[in-house]
Amino acid sequence: MSSEKEPLFSTKNLKLLTEPLGQSNPITVQVLGVCSALAVTVKLKPSIVLALSVVVVMAVSNVAISLLRKMVPPRIRIIVQLVVIATMVILVDQVLKAYAYDVSKQLSVFVGLIITNCIIMGRLEAFALANKPWPSFLDGLGNAAGYGVILIIVAFFRELLGSGTLLEYQVIPQAFYDAGYENNGMMILPPMALIVVGIIIWIQRSRRKDLIENN
Amino acid sequence: MKQFSNTYIFVFSLIMVTIVAVLLSFVATQLKPLQQMNLEIEKKQDILRSVGKAEKVAEASDKKSYIVEEFGKYITESYVVDFYGAEVEADAFEVTLNIKVEVDKEREERKYPVFIYAEDGDKKYVVPVRGKGLWGPIWGYVSFNSDMNTINGAVFDHKSETPGLGSEINTGWFQEPFTGKTIFDESGEFVSIEVVKGGANPADPHGVDAISGGTITSKGLEEMLSDCLSGYVNHFRKVAE
Repeated sequence: MSSEKEPLFSTKNLKLLTEPLGQSNPITVQVLGVCSALAVTVKLKPSIVLALSVVVVMAVSNVAISLLRKMVPPRIRIIVQLVVIATMVILVDQVLKAYAYDVSKQLSVFVGLIITNCIIMGRLEAFALANKPWPSFLDGLGNAAGYGVILIIVAFFRELLGSGTLLEYQVIPQAFYDAGYENNGMMILPPMALIVVGIIIWIQRSRRKDLIENN
Repeated sequence: MKQFSNTYIFVFSLIMVTIVAVLLSFVATQLKPLQQMNLEIEKKQDILRSVGKAEKVAEASDKKSYIVEEFGKYITESYVVDFYGAEVEADAFEVTLNIKVEVDKEREERKYPVFIYAEDGDKKYVVPVRGKGLWGPIWGYVSFNSDMNTINGAVFDHKSETPGLGSEINTGWFQEPFTGKTIFDESGEFVSIEVVKGGANPADPHGVDAISGGTITSKGLEEMLSDCLSGYVNHFRKVAE
């Protein structure tokens, strides 16, 4: 990447970082990775940890694949991508088990399932294989963050309305409960995650008409 | 697109998997002690929970030292017995950590760890249990009053039971009804605890509610209790006398 000197945060590069947060968000626009978004968003804490894990896995795998892109034989490129992602996921899983045991128990199978998160494979295949490490890093960061932001928004509403807490702290005062307020048990169940994601998609498309499909 | 020879592909894959294997095994061995410690802390916490202790764990700033301290304070004694009730030379906690090995053996050959909780002259006996759920192992700790018959509390957990169905065995509503149930009938025969589909009669001294939709997990739990507790029968009779 020596011949053309491009500033690290040129507009083009910044776009890689910011676009996935909004107009090409992996969950709300591309509708990828919804499965884990439904499952772990009951509470805010596991969602944040999963979001961070995905950020790490994605940024590092994107860079790794980008560095290897000229060496990887196209015929086995999917296998190579899988090996890179799986390695990263196992590393993250091991670290969580050692340093955040409770959270890793709550996330249980979903850390392992990061491997199957289609956002990651998608970005490796579509972006990292054809781009230099730095843009790939930004692209990975951006897409993982776009995924994580939605995860955290959904978890925020589900924990607040479903359990009356945020990060396990009681935020809805006891007086509300005394006055007859009740936690919405529906919010804890997976279908409500789908509905919350649906509402986010709805709000986003009503503000950005160009995202609406014409069929 | 550049063409790669088959030899290149093979060599590339070989190098790749070697690097990955070395990296992963290095990390795994490095983190092993920490992970092991987390498991031990969790077991200690579960043992304490079965006697209604360690209730302030959520507020404790340092969970590990809190659990270790509580464990040292309340679990005053522990020992290991064999099937016939005779004491065996072994570390009870060590045996509990490797309880899978014991449960895989014939009932007569297993080692049976017992933990004694003591507070204000009141003694409770905690025993570990382990069995099979629907998708993977389930385990737990059952504490008995000093009559060695009445259950004081039970804590269960699982590896991978179905969320919302079988996984409910680790929640309070499933575990609380165990308190006050008995494992011997009036004539002193061992009957264990029955997990009743459709709901147990609250007056039934040996029955608790099963989980709707979690039948295999419930049945597995029932089997686990009768399998593991029956090995303690000889010892329990001795202590109760």
